[in-house]
Amino acid sequence: MASRTATIASAIGLHARPATLFTKRAAAAGIPVTVAKGDTSVNAASVLAVMALGAKFGEEVVLTAEGPTADEVLDDLVAFLETDHDAKA
Amino acid sequence: MTTLHGLGVSGGSAVGVVALVALPAPLPDEDPSTDPAGDLSRVGDALDAVATRLEATAATLTGDAADMIAAAGAIARDPGLLDAVKENLATLGPAHALHAAVEGYALQFEELGGYFAERVTDLLDVGARAEALLLGRPMPGVPELTEPSVVIAHDLAPADTAVMDPAMVVGIVTEAGGRTSHTAILASQRGIPAIVQAKGALDIASGLRVGIDGDSGELEIHPDEAWLDVRAEKKRARERISQRTGAGKTSDSHPLMLLANIGNVADAELAGAADVEGVGLFRTEFLHLSATTAPTVEEQAAEYVRVLAPFGNRPVTVRTLDAGADKPLAFADLGPEPNPALGRRGLRLMQEREDLLDDQLAALALAATETGAVVKVMAPMVSTRQEAAWFTERAHAAGLPIAGVMIEVPAAALRAHQVLQVTDFASLGTNDLAQYTMAADRMVGELSELLDPWQPAVLDVVAAACDGGQANGKAVGVCGESAGDPLMALVLTGLGVTSLSMAPQRVPMVRWALSQHTAADCVSLAEAARAADSAVGAREAVRSAASKELTDLL
Repeated sequence: MASRTATIASAIGLHARPATLFTKRAAAAGIPVTVAKGDTSVNAASVLAVMALGAKFGEEVVLTAEGPTADEVLDDLVAFLETDHDAKA
Repeated sequence: MTTLHGLGVSGGSAVGVVALVALPAPLPDEDPSTDPAGDLSRVGDALDAVATRLEATAATLTGDAADMIAAAGAIARDPGLLDAVKENLATLGPAHALHAAVEGYALQFEELGGYFAERVTDLLDVGARAEALLLGRPMPGVPELTEPSVVIAHDLAPADTAVMDPAMVVGIVTEAGGRTSHTAILASQRGIPAIVQAKGALDIASGLRVGIDGDSGELEIHPDEAWLDVRAEKKRARERISQRTGAGKTSDSHPLMLLANIGNVADAELAGAADVEGVGLFRTEFLHLSATTAPTVEEQAAEYVRVLAPFGNRPVTVRTLDAGADKPLAFADLGPEPNPALGRRGLRLMQEREDLLDDQLAALALAATETGAVVKVMAPMVSTRQEAAWFTERAHAAGLPIAGVMIEVPAAALRAHQVLQVTDFASLGTNDLAQYTMAADRMVGELSELLDPWQPAVLDVVAAACDGGQANGKAVGVCGESAGDPLMALVLTGLGVTSLSMAPQRVPMVRWALSQHTAADCVSLAEAARAADSAVGAREAVRSAASKELTDLL
């Protein structure tokens, strides 16, 4: 079991588009990933659950994964969360 | 014959059979699951089937409607929904476990507000569909229509209206909703007669023949020949009137520009082909509301070119992005507010996100250059002279020489003398102006009476705005729904309004109404309306003094 802490960098928080992109990435990982804020831990592949977490800009979340690729999957997801996806392309 | 009464929100009449959009029946009692794994897979199958159907529907649609339905499909496939069902199956039966999972997310999303609250309708719709499959009940939503039908519902979700076959829907009746609810606006844009707040309409049996009169708000069960004759005569008279063409003017040639309200490229193509003198309100949110990232300048410019092109050298008035309140923007969410209608919406949001406004102005300037169109831009939700000056300077600097403001806030109307010194024109948004003058939320159907644009206080505020325009020699138009009401159009003309912008199919009747009255007639009608002490009184005063040829048709 691997875990990482990430700080949300998107100005609007883990909402809407950032949440959609994040859950797609988590689902594509092929191993179960959870994301937790405080005591609440949810399936990182569910956009409903991730959005309902309501993680805002600057808040910390804990990512956990199980499986042979857990470390690289988590590194990738942490890097994603710590990038501002609202910044203009 | 039985008649039900509601509030007519989209004119015209029609006869059709009742297609009932029933409220979901309560869930049957269930014992807690004895086979959680088996029940979980049954719920999963139901959700999969819902997703497959929604995806198939989305594939037959295009644009916003397709995106809306596809988004609902994605919710049905969300693993988080099944996780919650699995948890609930420990204590509940399958249908209740699903229901509780959906309600749980819906509640959290409603609390989060904004973009999330918008998803709640989709979520509840997905849940209701899966429950119906699970219980072997008929699918909720608008039933498949095989003959001209009057759709009767408690209220209609945007997803319902998106999939309704316009060729089969001859009328829409809801028990809830209000004058400016989305159902009302959509029906009026499509020219479908509609009545809201028709209490008891859901008790009418499916398949009965009914007549709907969207002007009087009457819903007639088993209409007889006389009912049909009266309306058929009106319809013929309206058709004669619709043959008239030309610029708007009173019988003594006082000019009043007749303009169209549009919201996207399809509207622009329809209105561009119609006999209108331009566009008084182009709502630009369509590009933004379903987008999860801000569209680029080039993307916006390409769409604006398609909207401007159909109008040639007729002016097109563009309202810059009016997001916030009931139109949250995924990529410019400033967080939940306790009272969004009074919060950071319209220009207030653009002052926080100047980049969004500058991109839009740049895109409009590009599109104007490319098409040679006469583009007038205006900012929504302006309250002060300073805000008006801020926007006007910014638009001029972006290469848009005609820049004005919407007057929706009473403060801007009362200070119109000062506001119009620093901007090029004003346009009254009567729906919001009524909301803010009467302190009555547009989203609360029960407050319709207060939101009536005939409220004398609202007319006083309109008059103040017109005085400010006349003092500065600047144009003051109206682009709210009330501009399309022929009697109100006369009053607005009398108050000093210089243009009227409405759904294009309302233009012929307004053109004809104007041609039956002199400018002085309009002034005395306006005085009669303002002398009344209630909305009903104001409308009656005008009705009894207006030309009988006109009122016989209303």
